[in-house]
Amino acid sequence: MRNLTDKAREAKDKKAAIGPDVDLATFTAEPVRHDYVKDLKTLPVLDRDRLIQAGIDTSEDGRAGTYIQMDTAVVHAHAKQEGLEVIPIKEALKKHEWAREHYWKLVSVDADKYTAAAELNLHDGYVIRALPGTKAVWPVQACLYLDKDNISQYVHNLVIAEEGSELHVISGCATSPRLKRGLHVGISEFYVKKNAKLSFTMIHHWAEEVMVRPRSVGIVEEGGLFLNNYICMKPVRSLQMYPTTHLVGRGAVARFYSILVGTPGSEMDVGGRIVLAAEETKAEIIARAITNGGKIINRGDLVGEMAGVKAHLECKGMILNGGIIHAIPELQGKADGVEMSHEAAVGKIAQEEILYLMSRGLSEDEAISTIVRGFLSVDIPGLPTELQQEIDRAVDMTSKEVM
Amino acid sequence: MLLIEDLQVKLGEREVLRHIDLQINPGETHILFGPNGSGKTSLLMTIMGYPQYRVTAGRIIFKGVDITNLPINERARLGIGMSYQRPPTVNGLKTRQMVQICAGGRDVDVTGMAARMNFTDFLERDINAGFSGGEIKRSELVQLMAQQPDLLLFDEPESGVDLENIALIGHTISRLLQRDFHTDPNKSQLQRKKERTRMGLIITHTGFILDYVTADKGQVLFNGVLSCSNNPTDIFNCIKVMGYEECVKCAI
Repeated sequence: MRNLTDKAREAKDKKAAIGPDVDLATFTAEPVRHDYVKDLKTLPVLDRDRLIQAGIDTSEDGRAGTYIQMDTAVVHAHAKQEGLEVIPIKEALKKHEWAREHYWKLVSVDADKYTAAAELNLHDGYVIRALPGTKAVWPVQACLYLDKDNISQYVHNLVIAEEGSELHVISGCATSPRLKRGLHVGISEFYVKKNAKLSFTMIHHWAEEVMVRPRSVGIVEEGGLFLNNYICMKPVRSLQMYPTTHLVGRGAVARFYSILVGTPGSEMDVGGRIVLAAEETKAEIIARAITNGGKIINRGDLVGEMAGVKAHLECKGMILNGGIIHAIPELQGKADGVEMSHEAAVGKIAQEEILYLMSRGLSEDEAISTIVRGFLSVDIPGLPTELQQEIDRAVDMTSKEVM
Repeated sequence: MLLIEDLQVKLGEREVLRHIDLQINPGETHILFGPNGSGKTSLLMTIMGYPQYRVTAGRIIFKGVDITNLPINERARLGIGMSYQRPPTVNGLKTRQMVQICAGGRDVDVTGMAARMNFTDFLERDINAGFSGGEIKRSELVQLMAQQPDLLLFDEPESGVDLENIALIGHTISRLLQRDFHTDPNKSQLQRKKERTRMGLIITHTGFILDYVTADKGQVLFNGVLSCSNNPTDIFNCIKVMGYEECVKCAI
């Protein structure tokens, strides 16, 4: 731990390679007290509603466990299903050698000032783990909530699907209605062990003056599958992330899906990188971006290091009502016999499609929101129905609001 | 009733329809003939209300309402529906959802309607995405079955359809226009004909559709002018033998 702190201190002023620089000192990192809530049903209604929008169901029906953190304090953490663990990371690091073995092993603590600050100010975070062979019936839900105005929240999460296990996680981030300004820095490390399956769906629900700097890296071993879905359709001042996944075992597969909606005043710089470093690995990155006044930079990078790997990147953007979409798809083939492709398109809603739908009786507004909904809807193979429904619900709400 | 009076239409700067007069009474179906580029599709698109077809003179009355300047969706709500030749793909919109949209909130048996058109396999696919010519025609008909318009506009419903499906398409159009024959113990065929309300305007190139759908009148559109109005089979036979140019001379 000593070593980590030293490295973090050295990197505390190191600017990130991309994205606008955030002055961390303008936010307060002081711990905020929130009481632990044993029964989720006793949460205030106001907060409950915000959680629902981020995909968190306080009734816990159809969920295998829950983690909720408000500002800097853990207010709830438990697993319902045997073989699954949901533990606050500070507790896990104290009690479990295996947690320490996975901490800062994929993300470098000195990558930039955000990783450094997350180590120096750690405000907890979750460890979600499926023990070897455990098949999760329901998804585990996690929420990182910003409540106090002008807070900076530094969290570190570990998600571990042990050998032969199956784990689904929905992670929502939300802010309270009274919060105007805030900073969220989240370190996430994903481990998909041999023949394990992990789906991780993140729904972000920020506010107009919130800065967000997630830093995440995943690793997928032989025969493993990692589905990583990211949805951000609400205003955010500045979001920058570039999650990376390494496919290191034969036949490992990763699929990234992202849905972004850029509202006026928002700036999103969202990427995805998958490194195909083993034989027979496959990767897919699919991104849909809509802007009605915001700026979206959509990066994608596939790196093929072995013969016979297959990878595809698809990045589609639609400008509805002003704004910028900058698609930057990249392919790096580093061996004979890689099969890699990408397609990128930025356009507008076709008038022909609007009129076609209007001739079936829809008003112009209804036709546009139907087209937007179709554009944003992606079928994600292997995703549990509950999570697909959460995504569909978020897309439905946004398609209506876009008008 | 559809009543078109002295209609003149421009697409961009080009005049595509000139002095069109047309009347389709309740229960009537008309066949629209004409060579390529004569303005047949323009006429249908103008009736449906596509804004790029600019009406520069004349008017369109439907069910007693002047719809000349009505937006497309209000015409749909008044009971006008169209079967397109090359409709656009709407990515992410499933055919099933599209059929529900056509039903406009009414509860319809989408699966059952699709089954009648051998189209159930397509319900979960994005509308028109990768559909063949014939598949598009069947999809359009399933949509019209849900929409139940009173005036049906068909743009070459048989083009691209294989022989196996041409009868299915023909019979379906016939049924949509209340022109199918079946025995009804309570009503004579004459009575059924009298009670017919649906109106149709069908563009055909090949005339194949005439084997399945009876029609009251044929119209020939030539260089943007409706040039001949006669029995549809007579017109079709005339065109086959003499060509359009000779055929329209009957009007002069």
